[in-house]
Amino acid sequence: MKKRTKITIAVAAVVVALAFLFVVSPLNQQKVRAAGERKPVEGTVSVLAVWGGHELDVFKEMAKPFEEETGIKVSYEGTRDINAVLTTRVQAGNPPDIAVLPGPGKMAEFARAGHLVDLSTVFDMEKIKADYAKGWLDMGTVGGKLVGVFAKVAIKGLVWYNPHALDDEGIEIPENANQMRAISERLSRQGKTPWSIGLESGAASGWVGTDWLENIFLRQHGPQKYRDWYEGKLAWTSPEVRETWETWGEIVANTDTVYGGKQYVLSTNFGQAAAPLFMDPPGAYFHMQASFIQSFIKKQFPDLQPGEDFNFFGFPPIKPQYTDAVEAAGDLVGMFNDTPQARAFIRYLTTPEAQSYWTSGTGALSANRNVSLVFYPDVLSRNAAQILQKAEIVVFDASDMMPGKMNNTFWSAIMSYVENPARLDSILRNLEQTRREAY
Amino acid sequence: MILRSTILAVVAVFGVPAGLTLYIFLVEKGINRLRFPIQKRIRPWLWLAPGLAILSVFLLYPVLNTLVLSFLNNDSTQFIGLQNYMRIFSDREMLIVLRNNAMWLVFFTLVTVTVGLLIAVLTDRVKYEQVAKALIFLPMAISFVAAGVIWKFMYEFKPKGTPQIGTVNAVLTTLVPSFEPQAWLFNPSINNWALIVVGIWIWTGFAMVILSASIKGVPKEIVEAARIDGAGEFQVFFRVTLPIIKPSIVVVTTTLIINVLKIFDIVYVMTNGILGTEVIANRMYKEMFNFMNFGMASALAVLLLVAIVPVMLMNIKRFGQRGEIQ
Repeated sequence: MKKRTKITIAVAAVVVALAFLFVVSPLNQQKVRAAGERKPVEGTVSVLAVWGGHELDVFKEMAKPFEEETGIKVSYEGTRDINAVLTTRVQAGNPPDIAVLPGPGKMAEFARAGHLVDLSTVFDMEKIKADYAKGWLDMGTVGGKLVGVFAKVAIKGLVWYNPHALDDEGIEIPENANQMRAISERLSRQGKTPWSIGLESGAASGWVGTDWLENIFLRQHGPQKYRDWYEGKLAWTSPEVRETWETWGEIVANTDTVYGGKQYVLSTNFGQAAAPLFMDPPGAYFHMQASFIQSFIKKQFPDLQPGEDFNFFGFPPIKPQYTDAVEAAGDLVGMFNDTPQARAFIRYLTTPEAQSYWTSGTGALSANRNVSLVFYPDVLSRNAAQILQKAEIVVFDASDMMPGKMNNTFWSAIMSYVENPARLDSILRNLEQTRREAY
Repeated sequence: MILRSTILAVVAVFGVPAGLTLYIFLVEKGINRLRFPIQKRIRPWLWLAPGLAILSVFLLYPVLNTLVLSFLNNDSTQFIGLQNYMRIFSDREMLIVLRNNAMWLVFFTLVTVTVGLLIAVLTDRVKYEQVAKALIFLPMAISFVAAGVIWKFMYEFKPKGTPQIGTVNAVLTTLVPSFEPQAWLFNPSINNWALIVVGIWIWTGFAMVILSASIKGVPKEIVEAARIDGAGEFQVFFRVTLPIIKPSIVVVTTTLIINVLKIFDIVYVMTNGILGTEVIANRMYKEMFNFMNFGMASALAVLLLVAIVPVMLMNIKRFGQRGEIQ
């Protein structure tokens, strides 16, 4: 054999041997270092969530003290299509350490498949039970095990308005749905559109409409039926559900009552849909949205003062027996990989200190009772926090509680309905068919 | 972490060829002991073995597995036969998906090839040919996702009377005073067309480049002879040029068909299938990752495969022929 060939073969053999060693040997620095130590001094914790823009800035600020104290690096990845991305990664066996779960429905699917870590082994359960009301903990419990905790929460179904615009029109805050309707009609007769709605949200377009329906449904049919609805026990073609859609249709399907007509409603991103309230002259007077819209408004209109230039009132009651009802939602966080770094971080996330970043930065609310009201930056979030604590009837966002396919179909149904309200019958039939398959 | 990945990458880039060389060497050493006729017969198979093995694992096995999964139910626990396929052709939502793919197939392919051909012919006679062709080809240089994002902004809608920030609406409302701004992506009667336009914008350059090369390959003598015989421009084009470049047109068309049947990025980025814009690839993605319906997702994948394979075979056949005619 020629000498050159021999050398080539030798080199090839060595390289292959090296490749084999590198690929096969367990070179996992994290595990080697942190095993057996009381306080992890290095490593990374990977976090997957939907936060972007301002929310992301606040998250990074919140993570800084943690990183400095423990030396653990927080590696964040964001996506609006959390459902698909998270499911894919879990399927691939490569889940993030910690992730925001799209909703209790999806959380339950993951938990039953054994992907989520039982958090009772991570937290001091006595302390958690003292800090969080039972309702919140129940929401994160599947099969008796706590698998999700709320990083931050929000109230849904607040009606935002511009106090100056209402003053100019001589409008008073309505106390119930009938008064709301009267105000609406008065404005329409004057050629003004009372409501502004924006449904677009990328892969999740239509979720704003689901909030509308949930709030109307809760106040029309009460918390028991509401529960039946998201548990899949109530047919979509039932008279109760139809009534709710038609009630919403009175607002959204009418060009006189909603700013920009259906084109605007369908194509405007939810974060921008409050803007017409602050036009001169106002394009709309009321905007139904969760408490977290506050940070979007502040970002677009930094000069506006909360409370003075924009404020909210609770969704008007429809039937008197269902007053003081509140729909809440939140970012449920779960742990997929039981590493010391992930444990430390999820423990940090639930402390009042960490929560106070969310509350003071974004107008989010905390489910943790021990976050002092001082950390709510303004009168609005304090009001919202108080509403949450005072409410008689608290339910969770129904569409988040539904199985993935049902939730998705619900979103598309909203878009289809606004596009052509006359098709309500076939839309409801389609939803009903999905319900039969999804539950 | 980064160090480990870099080492892995370097090792992969050098290790794979090195490993293959080592393998071939060992094979040769091993075969040399056998009798020559046997050597000749088994040598090709041994040389091909690594490639075949990788193909089997990463191509053959997944295809067969998907085929099997398409006959099972959503969590792959029960055999349900052709139910998934029947649903594809009967479910209302699915029929809309199929309709959309048909729209893409016909409209996208036709317009891209026609416009590409037109530009190829026209630029052939102009001095600024290279500049024009470069400009038309530019969209192919960006990713489909990037194109989707760009056009999503261009299609942006704001209510009548307020400033339009979407290029399309802005231009149209300025040029045509009575034009009302449209929510292009959110109006079911036009949103599919709006998406197809984006696809055309990206791929016309590809069609143009290939057809341009083909047109330049038409022998000048034949064209001159035709002109001398008194043929006008259109006659020269339709009777002389077109028949000669037909194989290229077929190749371009089949390539475009293969691509359009798989269209995903544009739809995913711009509308994610809402309001009647969903296509098969998107649906497959949703069924798989959002709804966890492995059976349905697999059935859709098989459907795509069955649709594309004949076109692909034709493409390969023609590709071989093209060389002969020139």
